[in-house]
Amino acid sequence: MSDVTATATNNRGFFDEGNYPGIFGWLLTTDHKRIGLLYFWCIVTFFCVGAILGLLIRLELFAPGETIMGAQTYNAAFTLHGVIMIFLFIIPGIPAAFGNLIMPIQIGARDVVFPKLNLFSWYLYVIGALMAVTSLFTGGGPPDTGWTFYVPFSAQTSTNVSLAAMAVFVLGFSSILTGLNFVTTIHRLRAEGMTWMRIPLFTWSLYATAWIQVLATPVIGITVALLFAERVIGTGLFDPTQGGDPIMFQHLFWIYSHPAVYIMVLPGMGVVSDIVPVFARKPAFGYKAIVVSSIAIAFAGSLVWAHHMYTSGMSDMAVLVFSFLTFIVAIPSAIKVFNWLATMYEGSVLLDPPLLFALSFILLFTIGGLTGLVLGAAATDVHVHDTYFVVGHFHFVMFGGTGMAFFAAMHYWLPKIYGRMYDKKIATVAWGLIFVGFCITYISMKIAGMQGMPRRYYDYVPEFTGINQISTIGSWILAIGLVIMFVNIFRGLFKGDPIGDNPWGGASLEWQIPSPPPHSNFGEEDPVVTHGPYDFKKAGVL
Amino acid sequence: MSGHVHKDYTGAKFGMWLFLFTEVLLFGGLFILYSVYLARYPKEFITAGKELNVWFGGGNTLVLLTSSLFVAVSITALRRGAKRLCLGLLGATIACAAIFMINKYFEWSAKIHHGIYPGSAHMKELQPGEMVFFNIYYLTTGLHGIHVVIGALVLLWSMILINTDRINADDFVILENAGLYWHLVDLIWIFIFPLYYLILH
Repeated sequence: MSDVTATATNNRGFFDEGNYPGIFGWLLTTDHKRIGLLYFWCIVTFFCVGAILGLLIRLELFAPGETIMGAQTYNAAFTLHGVIMIFLFIIPGIPAAFGNLIMPIQIGARDVVFPKLNLFSWYLYVIGALMAVTSLFTGGGPPDTGWTFYVPFSAQTSTNVSLAAMAVFVLGFSSILTGLNFVTTIHRLRAEGMTWMRIPLFTWSLYATAWIQVLATPVIGITVALLFAERVIGTGLFDPTQGGDPIMFQHLFWIYSHPAVYIMVLPGMGVVSDIVPVFARKPAFGYKAIVVSSIAIAFAGSLVWAHHMYTSGMSDMAVLVFSFLTFIVAIPSAIKVFNWLATMYEGSVLLDPPLLFALSFILLFTIGGLTGLVLGAAATDVHVHDTYFVVGHFHFVMFGGTGMAFFAAMHYWLPKIYGRMYDKKIATVAWGLIFVGFCITYISMKIAGMQGMPRRYYDYVPEFTGINQISTIGSWILAIGLVIMFVNIFRGLFKGDPIGDNPWGGASLEWQIPSPPPHSNFGEEDPVVTHGPYDFKKAGVL
Repeated sequence: MSGHVHKDYTGAKFGMWLFLFTEVLLFGGLFILYSVYLARYPKEFITAGKELNVWFGGGNTLVLLTSSLFVAVSITALRRGAKRLCLGLLGATIACAAIFMINKYFEWSAKIHHGIYPGSAHMKELQPGEMVFFNIYYLTTGLHGIHVVIGALVLLWSMILINTDRINADDFVILENAGLYWHLVDLIWIFIFPLYYLILH
């Protein structure tokens, strides 16, 4: 597999090898790396928009009463923040951007199995995103339902929920096609010698994720389509006056949207699983256990949806069953955490930026996961349901988990893709600010929630002023850290020092080819894999 | 271009089967709602179910089953080099799709003529369970109808490709996948027909 070596120092790889000149080389490309970058830049853009909305929400909550926006604007702001962050950033974030960039190389393939379908998925993503943005300025104004679109309110509100729901449908279709493409690619296009037990853990996590994308997403498709039908043609399947049951909407919604939580976090776990061994200079501890736990999370995660609905009026028996099942998901997640720690134990740990972000994933995701059990236990959930504790919890798992993993992946793989390195010192400072800002912002939310502050109100009683101001100040530190991080990494990618093939000393296939990779990834001959992805000795990097 | 000179037929079919599975799950949401509401309103479902005409449904079942036979035979015909026969059979399949939709049009028209459609004045006088039945009936058969149209368009596209020899006796995986999609359209109807037209009588 090491028959491929860097050719020239000013090699620009696939950046110079478009099928068409100029912009069409990107818009009509079927190269998985170019499609990955198309996704990446869209996703980062939407992340920035979502983050600005989040800052505005925090600013509104700086003091009781109306601070910078009224109730209706606030409802639209948090709905939009949720929809953008969930459907346009976190769900496609790691699989569509880094999955496309890295996964085919990791299994020794020259592209995904359906390259044109891959480009089509990106166009669906863009169309869905445009529909979501258009829904803000047309019809009855921006949706104000929250990202969950619960009926009966979503069926009755005069705001433009119909278009936003169809945007979710289109985005879901894009996600399904990406998942289908990845499952088939991993089954069919592995290089010679790339056995199932030699697949890097990042690709394994994408495989588990892709199955969830294929199996769960159609259910939200039909759910939002039914919401659309209820609003447009009046088929009130969730409307009690027509014999329907609103709780059925919640069931169908969460049958997708809880597994979707694992679409969001499993790829993040994969990123961490790939980064930790490289920076600990040790093979991954418990490789098989991590693989099995990914599959187990995908499976168990599809059985727990109703833990979002303890207070919705479903039967006590159902509450008990779903509460029990919820605890089961904690087991494979914990297996991963212990394996990461065991990998680092007695390793010679290099605290480079990718590992710092990966470590913050482990810590923050663990805290987020444990507070998830507080919500998963029916008795305690009744106390904290619909409070800021929930907001704090899911920002810990989503932002502290997947967000941090996304940043880790940026710092780990983007130098490979662009062939240039960012300033590691500035990246470390940015990481420190993000971590501190994160903790201040979201720990405050958990405390406010325990004290009883409800979510989704633009106003609150004066007793909560102090804790909200701490949270808002934390969000400013977080924002400064994010700005420094993005400026540093993007400047590095275009102006930084050129790097060799293997700046971090990785042993998986993507580090054996030039940076940036050539159009067809590998040279004339297809790669032949002779060792596992974390066998640093055999890869000759240790 | 990258090294995809050979075509991966197993991969193409693998992907198609995954896609068909997502379609099953899409309809699965409607079947779940049907079963929950049937359990909640058994009497109203039976009352409302008697409004459906088993001859319309049965006729359409025959039409779809026949069309699936045409598709299956068309693939065999192409593999044996009988291109004209293959095109003829695919044309017959699309004709079946048209008959199905025309039949559906008359069936829905009759219902709508009797004032049974979402949001109508007559619907509001019905029992809640009956309203749910008609709503889910329109949604399920409507979504299925959309799939019939899409399936017919996919077959039409395959016919164009066959005509220009881009699908031929050696390279026919697109037609096979189009045929699989058509069988799925058929399969879903095989579940819709008894649930709506038979068991409630």
